[in-house]
Amino acid sequence: MVRAPTANLRWRRTIDTLFAIAGAMLLFLAVGVLVGLITDLIRTGADRLSWDFLTSFPSRSPAKAGIKSALVGTCLVMLVTASTAIPLGVAAGMFLEEYARKNWITAIIEINIANLAGVPSIIWGLMALGILVYQFNFGRSILTAGLTLGLLVLPIVIVSTREAVRAIPQSIREASYACGATRLQTVRHHILPYSMGGIMTGSIIALSRAIGETAPLITIGALTFIAFLPPVPFTASQEGGSHGPFEWLNSEFTVLPIQMFNWVSRPDARFQVNAAAAGLVLLAITLTMNGVAIFLRYRLRKRIQW
Amino acid sequence: MATQTPNPPLPLRQNAGVDTPRQRNNDSVTPAQTPEPTPPPAGDLTLKAEAKNLHFHYGKYQALKGVSLPIYKNRITALIGPSGCGKSTFLRCFNRMHDLYPNSRYQGDIRLYPDDINLVGPGIDPIAVRMRISMVFQKPNPFPKSIYENVAFSLRLRGGASRSTIDAEVEKALRGAALWDECKDRLHEPANKLSGGQQQRLCIARSLASHPEIILFDEPTSALDPKATRRIEELATDLKSRMTIIIVTHNMQQAARMSDYTAFMYLGELVEFGPTPRVFQTPAKQLTDEYISGRFG
Repeated sequence: MVRAPTANLRWRRTIDTLFAIAGAMLLFLAVGVLVGLITDLIRTGADRLSWDFLTSFPSRSPAKAGIKSALVGTCLVMLVTASTAIPLGVAAGMFLEEYARKNWITAIIEINIANLAGVPSIIWGLMALGILVYQFNFGRSILTAGLTLGLLVLPIVIVSTREAVRAIPQSIREASYACGATRLQTVRHHILPYSMGGIMTGSIIALSRAIGETAPLITIGALTFIAFLPPVPFTASQEGGSHGPFEWLNSEFTVLPIQMFNWVSRPDARFQVNAAAAGLVLLAITLTMNGVAIFLRYRLRKRIQW
Repeated sequence: MATQTPNPPLPLRQNAGVDTPRQRNNDSVTPAQTPEPTPPPAGDLTLKAEAKNLHFHYGKYQALKGVSLPIYKNRITALIGPSGCGKSTFLRCFNRMHDLYPNSRYQGDIRLYPDDINLVGPGIDPIAVRMRISMVFQKPNPFPKSIYENVAFSLRLRGGASRSTIDAEVEKALRGAALWDECKDRLHEPANKLSGGQQQRLCIARSLASHPEIILFDEPTSALDPKATRRIEELATDLKSRMTIIIVTHNMQQAARMSDYTAFMYLGELVEFGPTPRVFQTPAKQLTDEYISGRFG
């Protein structure tokens, strides 16, 4: 027998309302925890933030310790990561979208790229230790760290490049080819410029993921206490002569998350405050990068319309 | 310049009943005994291209089944037929657009004269074909760049052109597309700011910039309002003194208004071809009659 249409309407409405309330509560819970954590970090670390903190080397005394070497290390490692992952990832994405035929080989490559994005970062660290440190003898250097993180985020760059390229309408490609362009000319004059927004957004997201990575760098043997900076190119070295342009690549290093890790693990509570302050710096860098990514996406989307 | 040129009226209703020989046995460039169907521009009727028993396959699907059709120089040839009849597929064979997609296969000939080469032959570089035979698409598809850069693109591709040469050629192409007066003061503004009809004329300018011998129109006005449509039709009629035009259209009035020859296609085959007035007034095949009188399609 068919019920009257309104037989359980009240009950259905109640369930509907309950679900909305439950969803909102869970959302506030999640956001609330996040806000709480950040507030706690700020309350703990904000007072410790100062210019001296940014420009001092680590020290045995918590009040004198700073993050100079970690900050420089982070920047240099990111430089290596960006200059390997972005060109490689963009080229790979372009090739897969614009050149490669769609067959079973490209299908396997695609599946593997998706899988690579999900490989735990510690596995990348082990791989880098085995290949880059022991096989290629790159040492526990900025180069090793940058390449490791570059590989770690390469899938993100490839995937975001492909998505940006796929958003370009086919009619634009046809227009270019109909003018007599080669594939490279089409990529260089059209595909690459029009997908630049998506590529840059993806690359920044990739770098902001890499900047917080700790595990793979500990695996390859990043130091936790560094009281020197990598050699600046073309300055005088202690052994006489001057430093080569790429000598800094072989330098030992530390990065912000490792510095934090080191401080947190110390018994002296004043180091915890230092860790919170360094955490704020790291958080600020990451949020700034994500903000730039959102801004770029917005700007370039507005500028390029089909 | 070109904007002001009045559109020469097309004497559509003359020469009704005169047909053009469809089957040709040799490769002679001038057709033997065809009477002139549309007087202006007066002169010899010259063969510019000719499809000979052209088959085309998308994978296993055969989209064209032995199409044979002459294309006359300085004339507008319209391809009409219901959706899916293969008219666009046929058009896109002329500049090898199908080569962009996998599993496409040509069989047969499209001879291009006076070179007498097979456009769809294996030894022919599609890019070389596209430099000589350009295309205007259904939906205006300007590049998201400036008006100037849209037109300059086909010149930049070849390299070697100086700044001043490109400037001059861009102006020439924009004048040829009757767009110069409207955009000469804003050449460096984004092309997307133009109206739909202006964008389509920009696309025509872009395809004129490479000085094509044949220009292919794939339903160029289906996304435009009647006024913009009329301008495009006038423009195409102006252009035919300089080049050969093939146009695919869904709109039979458009075919009747602007074309000199009409080919009616159905299910991948050519049903009927002849001078436009003859095809529209006294179609030889019943299928053609039914289509142009709107009984199907």
